[in-house]
Amino acid sequence: MTTIKGIAASNGVAIAKAYKLEAPDLSFEEKVVDDVEAEVKRLNDALDISKKELEIIKENARKTLGDEHAEIFSAHLLVLGDPELINPIEEKIKTDKVNAESALNETATMFVNMFKSMDNEYMRERAADIQDVTKRVMAHLLNVSFPDPALIDEEVVVIAEDLTPSDTAQLNKQFVKGFTTNIGGRTSHSAIMARSLEIPAVVGTKTITNDAKENDVVIVDGIDGQVIINPTDDVIKQYEQKQADFEKQKEIWAQLKDEPTVSSEGSHVELVANIGTPEDVTGVINNGGEGVGLYRTEFLYMGKSELPTEEEQFEAYKSVLEQMGDKPVVVRTLDIGGDKELSYLDLPKEMNPFLGFRAIRLCLERDDIFRVQLRALLRASTYGNLKIMFPMIATLNEFREAKAILLEEKDNLQKEGIEVSDDIEVGIMVEIPSTAVIARQFAKEVDFFSIGTNDLIQYTMAADRMNERVSYLYQPYHPAILNLVNNVIEAAHAEGKWAGMCGEMAGDSIAIPILLGLGLDEFSMSATSILPARTQIKDLSKEELASYKDQLLSMNTADEVESFIREKTNQ
Amino acid sequence: MAAEKVVTITDSTGVHARPATVLVNKAGSFSSDVNVEYNGKSVNLKSIMGVMSLGIPKDAEIKIIAEGSDEQEAIDAIYEVIKKEGLGE
Repeated sequence: MTTIKGIAASNGVAIAKAYKLEAPDLSFEEKVVDDVEAEVKRLNDALDISKKELEIIKENARKTLGDEHAEIFSAHLLVLGDPELINPIEEKIKTDKVNAESALNETATMFVNMFKSMDNEYMRERAADIQDVTKRVMAHLLNVSFPDPALIDEEVVVIAEDLTPSDTAQLNKQFVKGFTTNIGGRTSHSAIMARSLEIPAVVGTKTITNDAKENDVVIVDGIDGQVIINPTDDVIKQYEQKQADFEKQKEIWAQLKDEPTVSSEGSHVELVANIGTPEDVTGVINNGGEGVGLYRTEFLYMGKSELPTEEEQFEAYKSVLEQMGDKPVVVRTLDIGGDKELSYLDLPKEMNPFLGFRAIRLCLERDDIFRVQLRALLRASTYGNLKIMFPMIATLNEFREAKAILLEEKDNLQKEGIEVSDDIEVGIMVEIPSTAVIARQFAKEVDFFSIGTNDLIQYTMAADRMNERVSYLYQPYHPAILNLVNNVIEAAHAEGKWAGMCGEMAGDSIAIPILLGLGLDEFSMSATSILPARTQIKDLSKEELASYKDQLLSMNTADEVESFIREKTNQ
Repeated sequence: MAAEKVVTITDSTGVHARPATVLVNKAGSFSSDVNVEYNGKSVNLKSIMGVMSLGIPKDAEIKIIAEGSDEQEAIDAIYEVIKKEGLGE
């Protein structure tokens, strides 16, 4: 039995056998073969199995990610049937009398190098496609399995270095009971996805892929951030109890599902959810969300070969708005760049992508892309309670410019005879310190603020949140952050506007009492955090917490803040 | 004799994965040899890697050549796909 510490990324306990989602060892020996016909048949058999698997993966991608994403597997299938690839491999086996592994490797490497040398980012990425498919064939030649989330058909805990967005999107909750990864933190993509799928997860274990073997029994404790490999029977019993307790706790939370969120003296705050796709709305409703506080629209743009059309976007926005009825839906316009790249835009690599050409900066320069999204949003506005939010606003001029484009498109649509809602609130995300500092000036022009703490903290502390060596500087309770947050809330209220928060901090049990006391109006979090937060707030006195405000804002360190809150709230 | 057709690519991202897939599938349904020429290079239009290796951008002029028993039908059908996909004219 081995216990490994990690970061609790998604609540719950999972006990199942390990399924390692990592590339198998594909090393092979170059051999001379006598029976070339048998070798060609071996190649064709490996190609056939690979094609069958790709068909399954493609079908699964179509169901979970949509037609567009499934197309990439059509291309993969074509590569496997491509005469320009297969004929040279067969030729090589026949004339050089080498085994299928060497023939495949040599031919594929030649093509990969050819694509890699092209002067176009998109074509260079195709080299990865060829590598992907030939790896699968190679695995079958070597009689090892080449894992894929779509191929899982029994109860497992998935173990991986990291999970890509498309990996997580394809995890079937029926079979995947939990997952654990080497890298990542609470705000990394895989963690956010785990919470939206409600699968227990522990990330950032550093070594899990080395520690666990295929088919080991693994416990993922997403409550305390631990992974246990090959537990004893007693430990399994203990965790089955923990699992049952958690289920019971969830039932208690569920009693508040249709209740408003109120503090002990009856003050109402809004608990809303962060989502990435229309499919996530079910989770928001099941967890009693009072709206959507952050709809990340990037997923419409990612993992594709071209920009999404206006129609495609319209359908997605309309679906979210209709499902939410009259509850508010805050849509963040495209926040791409930084760590989120779009290969088809062919943007140059930057030294400091988080400080570079991203989000609204990109949208204002490429207004051809921006306008399509705004038109889709405006057209969808009549189907629900839409609010539009611009990300990464650093100056008032950026906001004015973005809003002017929005109004121009509204005007264009109305001239085309298309109906657009007249009461769409337009606000900004506050994640750049400059904006938090002069929130008072912004408050006169915006309809609302939503504080994006993940970025606000990394910009204020000048510490890259992906860099583990400086991750100790990622301090949500740092007095500097609290002062900025307070400044934004006060500025909003002075102009009769509302202030929300859509970073991880909004769902954190230490931050919630602080934010309640500072007067935050809206808390946007992972859907699964909503009911625990509502339960917590029910027993908190907003008035009492507000009375600590000056004291908290003048504290010296994050630790001081944390222990003060722990003491006052019995945590 | 071979059948030919010259096409100008109008799609803003050129011949990328999705339309390339459709073109290759279409070409593969004919018995004629089908090639595409661009920038002095000619590749088998039944090969996805061949087509992608050309890296055909927007505004490129490409020539499609079919040779075999159903060459004219092949050219017509492929041209139809190019128009339908909004790839070129």
